[in-house]
Amino acid sequence: MQTPESSLAEHPFLKDLNPRLITFLAGCALSTQFHKNQFIFREGEEANYFYIILDGKVAIELFAPERGSITIQTIGEGEVLGWSWLIPPHRWRFDARAIESTRAIALDGRCLRSKCEEDHELGYEVLKRFASVITSRLEATRLQLLDVYGAHV
Amino acid sequence: MINNIPEPMTPNVFRINKKYKETHDTFTIELEPTQGTDEFFFSPGQFNMLYVFGVGEAPISISGDPKNPKTLKHTIRVVGTVTKAMYRLKRGEVLGVRGPFGSHWPSENAVGKDVIIIAGGIGLAPLRPVVYQLISQREKYRKVVLLYGARTPEDILYTYDLEQWQRRFDIEIKITVDAAAENWRGDVGVVTTLIRKISFDPSHMIGMICGPEIMMRFTVAELQNCGVGKENIFLSMERNMRCGIGFCGHCQFGPVFVCKEGPVFNYECIENFFGTREI
Ligand SMILES: Cc1cc2nc3c(=O)[nH]c(=O)nc-3n(C[C@H](O)[C@H](O)[C@H](O)COP(=O)(O)OP(=O)(O)OC[C@H]3O[C@@H](n4cnc5c(N)ncnc54)[C@H](O)[C@@H]3O)c2cc1C
Ligand code: FES
Repeated sequence: MQTPESSLAEHPFLKDLNPRLITFLAGCALSTQFHKNQFIFREGEEANYFYIILDGKVAIELFAPERGSITIQTIGEGEVLGWSWLIPPHRWRFDARAIESTRAIALDGRCLRSKCEEDHELGYEVLKRFASVITSRLEATRLQLLDVYGAHV
Repeated sequence: MINNIPEPMTPNVFRINKKYKETHDTFTIELEPTQGTDEFFFSPGQFNMLYVFGVGEAPISISGDPKNPKTLKHTIRVVGTVTKAMYRLKRGEVLGVRGPFGSHWPSENAVGKDVIIIAGGIGLAPLRPVVYQLISQREKYRKVVLLYGARTPEDILYTYDLEQWQRRFDIEIKITVDAAAENWRGDVGVVTTLIRKISFDPSHMIGMICGPEIMMRFTVAELQNCGVGKENIFLSMERNMRCGIGFCGHCQFGPVFVCKEGPVFNYECIENFFGTREI
């Protein structure tokens, strides 16, 4: 049977992470499931968790009064959802909604922040991995902003 | 046979047999010759110079099925003078066709390998013929994957074909859009983000890419990050054209002419000037 620890060890986000640190992380982990259309978090709420997605699909949405909800990105199997838990003021900037039934491992941000303070090796590994996720999201966002399929590119 | 026209600068007259909208700014025309044989043979990736009489000419890829030479199809996005004039033409009216010109997608190099096709926007038009070709000889290839990025769900081309292909178990289709309202159930994000969502063997694959140049640059970089060698990446380039047959130099791209050596290039051959500002 899959435990949170074995799911974490197999997830691409934590690939090649020292098993000692996986066990340490598992102390803050909880298996969770979201049904289709369930909000995982909403803009402005306190960011206490991040999610290692095992399967399913999550939409990151922004609500604009005249346009309704706009999906700006979708996240699925093998990816990670949310870094606001890491960066003060620890509040979500967007809404996240499961658009398919989604299984994930929720990691408790408060627990993890204190473990990262205690164990700098863990802190460095976590930051390195989030830096890589944030960089590729930034690159993708830049490309999105260029509107490459619009006229006159 | 129309392929072997003696004078490549003289257009053959074709009649528009069918014309239909694909999206708000893109349409497809089906053409039949007004004289000679009604078969038009081409290789996937090749293009024709389409001439709107009295207005001008534009290079447009052939977007139909190479196994069906009786239907010559072109999918056109309306951007300027010539493409607007093409859009105004009605069923039964005529236009000039020169071609087919240029190089083709290297399906012969892909035998026994994974084939990853990556299209952005109207870039799906020159790739659709190669998808038809791969499907018709499916047993020759390992994985066949199509990754397609469009601006919004309303900008997705060939929805009928995509639905048919999605129903097959021997081809993987992933579609993403740059922006969508909440009712869209598919992926949102740029097409490069789909590359990490599929599995393929980077040392035994052929990548075929067509889309806006910036999209192709990011796509090549992402494939290389996944361990794909540049010799296995092929791109279709666009440059303004006049003669289409290597005479005028209008389409020069570094040391090569896109109309003759291209439009489909191996990345290894163009990497030194691909993305260079002056070129
Ligand atoms: C080998 C090859 C294959 C091609 N295949 C296709 C195809 O299958 N379908 C298709 O629709 N187009 C295709 N194109 C592009 C097409 O040739 C041009 O869009 C067309 O020549 C534009 O002519 P125009 O007179 O309508 O626009 P112009 O009057 O020449 O341009 C008007 C405006 O549109 C902009 N523009 C021009 N071309 C493009 C473009 N491609 N994308 C966005 N903006 C542009 C110009 O910068 C200008 O601002 C291909 C080009 C090449 C070289
Ligand atoms: S268009 Fe004349 S040389 Fe290519």
